[in-house]
This record gives sequence, C-alpha cells and structure tokens, in this order.
Amino acid sequence: MKTRRFRFCAVLVLALGLASGVDAAVSVVATTEDLAALAREVGGDKVSVEAIARGYQDPHFVEAKPSFILRLYGADLLIVVGRELEQAWLPPLITQSRNAKIQPGSSGYLDASLTAKILEIPVGQITRAMGDVHPLGNPHYWLDPGNGRRAAQAIQAKLSQLDPANAAYYAQRYADFDKRLAQAEKGWDQMMAPFKGLKVVTYHRSWPNFAERFGLDVIGYVEPKPGIPPSPAHTLDLIQEMKRQNIKVILMEPYFDAKTPNAVARETGGRVLVLPPSVGGVKDVKTYFDLFDYDLKLLVSAIKAAAAPTGAS
Amino acid sequence: MCARTTRILRCVGGAALSCWVMSGSASAQTPADQSLVAVRTEVEKLRQEFDAIRKQYDARLAELEARLAVLEGRQPQAAPAAPTTPEAAVPAGAAGAGGPTGSLPVYGNVNVLSKIFNPDIAVIGDFEGAAGRNLVNPQAPLEMAESEASLQAIVDPYARADFFFSFGSDGVEVEEGFITFPTLPGGFLAKVGKMRASFGKVNAMHTHVLPWVDRPLVTQNLVGGDEGIADAGISVGRLIMNPWVFLEATGEVYRGQSDVFGSYTRSDLTYVGRLRGYQDVSESSNIDVGASVAYGGSELEPGLKTRLFGLDATFRYRPLRRAIYRRFVARTEAIWSRRDLEDDERATAFGTYVSADYQFARRWFVGGRYDFSERAFDPSVRDKSGSLLLTYWPSEFSQVRGQFRRINFGDGPTANEFLFQFLFSIGAHGAHVF
Repeated sequence: MKTRRFRFCAVLVLALGLASGVDAAVSVVATTEDLAALAREVGGDKVSVEAIARGYQDPHFVEAKPSFILRLYGADLLIVVGRELEQAWLPPLITQSRNAKIQPGSSGYLDASLTAKILEIPVGQITRAMGDVHPLGNPHYWLDPGNGRRAAQAIQAKLSQLDPANAAYYAQRYADFDKRLAQAEKGWDQMMAPFKGLKVVTYHRSWPNFAERFGLDVIGYVEPKPGIPPSPAHTLDLIQEMKRQNIKVILMEPYFDAKTPNAVARETGGRVLVLPPSVGGVKDVKTYFDLFDYDLKLLVSAIKAAAAPTGAS
Repeated sequence: MCARTTRILRCVGGAALSCWVMSGSASAQTPADQSLVAVRTEVEKLRQEFDAIRKQYDARLAELEARLAVLEGRQPQAAPAAPTTPEAAVPAGAAGAGGPTGSLPVYGNVNVLSKIFNPDIAVIGDFEGAAGRNLVNPQAPLEMAESEASLQAIVDPYARADFFFSFGSDGVEVEEGFITFPTLPGGFLAKVGKMRASFGKVNAMHTHVLPWVDRPLVTQNLVGGDEGIADAGISVGRLIMNPWVFLEATGEVYRGQSDVFGSYTRSDLTYVGRLRGYQDVSESSNIDVGASVAYGGSELEPGLKTRLFGLDATFRYRPLRRAIYRRFVARTEAIWSRRDLEDDERATAFGTYVSADYQFARRWFVGGRYDFSERAFDPSVRDKSGSLLLTYWPSEFSQVRGQFRRINFGDGPTANEFLFQFLFSIGAHGAHVF
C-alpha cells in the first residue's frame, strides 16, 4: 500500500517537476512557506517539502483548490501554523485528502503553535464586533526567531518519530540550525539595539511577535479592527496620533492595498515599508534566515532615512 | 512527600511545644538562664530548619508549576477561551459591543473544559425581498427565507459529522446531516446521511453560498429548485490518480424521494454519478469541469423513470497578491432532462445558464447571468432570463445583494423584478466552499 501510494506520488512529483528530492523518505507538506523553510532546515535531504500558501499571499484567505488535495494525498506529515489561521480553507482539504496519516490527532499532523510563545490571547468576552479576532491568540508567531527555533524543535521530534532511522541526522541538523540561528540573532539584536522602543504603526496585527522580539512598540494599526478595511474616521485618528507621537514608520504586508498607508505616510511625513511577513514574500527571501535579514535591513534603513533631518522624500 | 509533610508538622509542633515550655518556664519561680538560652537556641534551630524546608518546597512547587505549564502547552487540542498565558488585553472595541467584561461566566456546575467537545455552531440568516411584477411565480415582498443552523465536529479518529438545519417558511427540515469517513483504505471518501447530491454545481450549493439571490431557471425547471436533489443516501468518492489533472469520481445512491425523483418500492432508488476534473492554469487561475448523471423513479407515477445529464465548467481567476481585492469567476451548466410521461411518451428538455462575477474592490462584486430553460414536462414552453447583480460585503460575516431580473416566460407575461437579500452569519467561522 505504502509503496503504491509512494509510486503515485513519485509519478506526480516527476510529472509536475515540483521537487528534486524524489528519493526522499518523508514527504512533508507545510501550510506556509515559513514552516516549509523550517522543515527543510531540519529535514535536509531526507525529506521533500512543499508549501500550500505562497509567502506573498494572505494566509487567512487561501482557496481550497483541489490541486492541494493531491499534495496532501501523498503526504506523510502535515505541518500547520494553527491558532485558527488556516480555519477557512484547511479543514475541507484535510477531509478530502483521503490520507489517514495527516488527519488532526494522527501522527502525521503537527500543529507548530503548540510549543510556540503565543501573544494576544484574548481574555474575557470576545465578539466579532472586535473584527476577525483569533480566540486562540495571534497566529503570526513565526516572526519571532525564538518561535522558529521552537517550531524547528517540534519538527525535529516529529520527523524522528516518523523516520526513526534518521533520528540522529535530524537531531544533528536541528543542533546546527539552533547554533546558526543563535549566531544570526546576535547580529539582528545588534542591528536593532539602537532603535529599542521605536514606535511604529502596522497595517494588520501581523507583527506582535516581531515587535516584541526586536523592541518595537506598535501604537496603532491601519485597519480599524482585525480584518476590517481602513475607514476614513479611523485613518484621520491614526494620522493625528502619528503626528502627536511623531511616528514615521508604517509596516505593511505585501498583500494589502497600499493606498491608505501611502496617504497616511504623506500626511505624516512618514514612510510605508512593505515587509514580507513570510519566507517567499519577495524573491530574495528563500530561507528563514533571509526573512529576518531582509526585513530588519529594510527596517533599519527606513528608520535611518526617516530620522534624517530632511525627512522622508 | 508524605514523610516531609510529617517532618514539617513535627517541626511546627516542636516549635509550639517550645513556646509553651518557654512561657511555662518564665512563670516558674527559678529563672534558670542557661536552660532558657538552650531552649531559645533550640527554637532558633527549628525555625531555621523550618525556613530551609519551606524554601525547598517553594522551589519544588515552582518547578512543578513550570513543568505543568510546559505539559499544558503540549496538549494536542488547545483549550479555546481558556487562556493559560494571557499576554495582552482584548483589543479595544469590546466595550462597544455591550458585552460584559472580565472572565467568561461558567454556566452549570461543570468544568468549562467539558464544552470543548461541543460542535462548531453557526447560524446563517437569509432575508430576501422582491419588488416589481411577476404574475407567474411571485415571491413574497419581504421574507425571512431561511435560517440555517449548522453543527459540525469530528466524531472520532475515523469520522466527522456535519448537520445543517434549515428553518424556513415551510417549517424545519434537515437540509443535510451526514457523517464523513475521510480515512477509508483505498483512497475512498464516504458520506452517509441526508445530503445534497453531487449533481452539477448549483445542486450541491446551499442558498447562502450562491452567487445570486435566486437559483437559475434551469435548476427551477429541471432539477427541483431550492430543494433540488437532496435525499438520504450513501456517497462514495475516489481520486483517480494520473500524472496530468485532478480527477475525482463520485457515485451516490439515494432512497429516491426528492423534488425531482419519486420512489414507490424499495427498489426505486436514485443513482447519481459525477466525474470532476480540475487543473491549475497558473497560480492565479484554474479550470474546473464536471459531468453528472442522475437516474431514478419519476415523481409522476410508479414505473416511470427520470434521467438527468449535466455538464458544468467553471473558470476562476484570483491573483494571489491581491486575493482579497480581485477575483473573477465564470461558470456555466447545461442540463438535459428526459422524463417518462404516461402512455409511453417522453419529454426531453434542455436548460442552461452562463454567469460571471467580478470583484472590483475589497467589499464589492458585480455579476450577471443569462438563463435559458425548457419546462421539464412540456419542452415546448421555453423560459429565458437575464440578471444583473451587485453585492456588498461589510465583512466576511455579512452580505447585502441586489439583483435585477427580467424573465421572459414561455407561457405568461414578462416579469421585471428587483430582488434583494441580506445574509448574516454568527458563530463558528466555517470553511469556504470552493
């Protein structure tokens, strides 16, 4: 059975030219490119990894295309972001995948949020009057390298469980990743050290983990409430607040419309930074390390430009 | 653990005893300084010992709590609304909703965790209105057309269940209620219960996911209208693996009682088959085609049969980078019906629709539809219709839609109507159909 399914999968992979690692032992599907990148760090050439959502796509609004069913059909391991990020599209895909291994609760289903540090878990009564709130906390947790490490560790444990023959390999890959990440984090911290406590505005609530990790203070959002598009009244309030607190940087995800952020930036003399929140968000960001390298470099240069006496122009 | 507790008790007891001895010795007439000092030293020693044990216990307790936190963090299903580590306050706006603040009330005497296994519950309201003239098939000027309640959950490691109850002007009915077995061997996916049959696209859609206020004429005339082919039965689907496209074959058997088919004996079952192909053209666009057949007893009288054959095609375009602002969907279905009549006669009718929707802003959609359909039992009567639509989405959970519709009835005066609809949903965020 396993070999037949594998052969189907192999034919498909060959035909579509999707992956080079045809002889890989473990077939991994991750819902986002960030988790896919982490799985590649840990799995090396013992796994073949595919992502469902692209890095430049809003992960809340992915379509449950039947082509994704084919990807899940042959998967040994499904890694999800969790915290209801994929709630609108993943459950029907899993149901239709006909794959017992990756059903929730099965050994091939890994929710990477279970070991992550989750922020903004609502307390008290929550209602949709607050917009599209995530009752289980903010799902954009991968933007803290600490959570990337925790997710990688969970992936290492899961891969070792599914493929015990290569457990030592995965352990060694994880240890190496951990070391390189610690090294990189030192560099990132140094980059951001002079700007600790810098106040910024973001479009969506995608950046709390990033802000906390790198010492940014998010004082407002372009969206009046999560998932609710900008309203004129809220935009005016935001402009006033930004002027009052002299805030010059607006962080935005690449999948939103730049019209309102640009208007706010014009009014406040600030600038809009289109930061990819995920691996694959722009062409150059291919690994988990690239993501922070790219975003932090862009951020630092924007802060410096905004701080220049001539202002942003 | 127990031994240590006993030791603590012994220490405390010892201390209390010493205190009593001390007060006793103070009231004694011979103040023996030396013995007093000895007792004091003893008490001091006990106190120190007690402090040391307390510190040790505090440390162990903290360690256990930390371990417990880690374990809770690794629970397979995180407890909703039971935050273990609240890191930030509720976003502003809660007060505006008029809801209470503070922690959630717990009703009844059970632990809140027992509610985790409750199914996902949602209610969708569908309010419809009509203005203008329609003498053939008028609908109410204002109507709460449907309130649909859905209950969905995973049953056990082998199945999930979905229930949809429809509360309409005709009363309550189970619109769908079925169990799905997603993990059968051999790549099969089976559903058992009452379902909307997989005949074409529109028949399987619930009213609230339609891209129009009404259903196309071909559905009304040939496939049973709003109810459609919905019946108790068994559905089995399988992927046909091949190197080129997504291909899925579905076979279904139903009891035979629906708005299209009739059943008079046990063997009068309805059979439905569907073959669906899907291919990504690019990451933003795709084509979805299908062919369906349905065969069963006629609704007219025993012994007669009804056959339906349908083709459908859908083209979708949705750029990934602008997925929440732009999309275009074009769809069409063609349906042939062959119904036995009395006296060995047969009625062969054809109907089709072509429809397109375009999203031009985050909250706005425009659309149009052309309909043509013959009547099922009198194919010489041909109805034609054209519609224009405008849809507004305040959020993902509500929708306002207006539809201008002109129908040229084959046997009556032309109807010009304005239909409108308010859709609103509360409760669990269900998955979007594709």
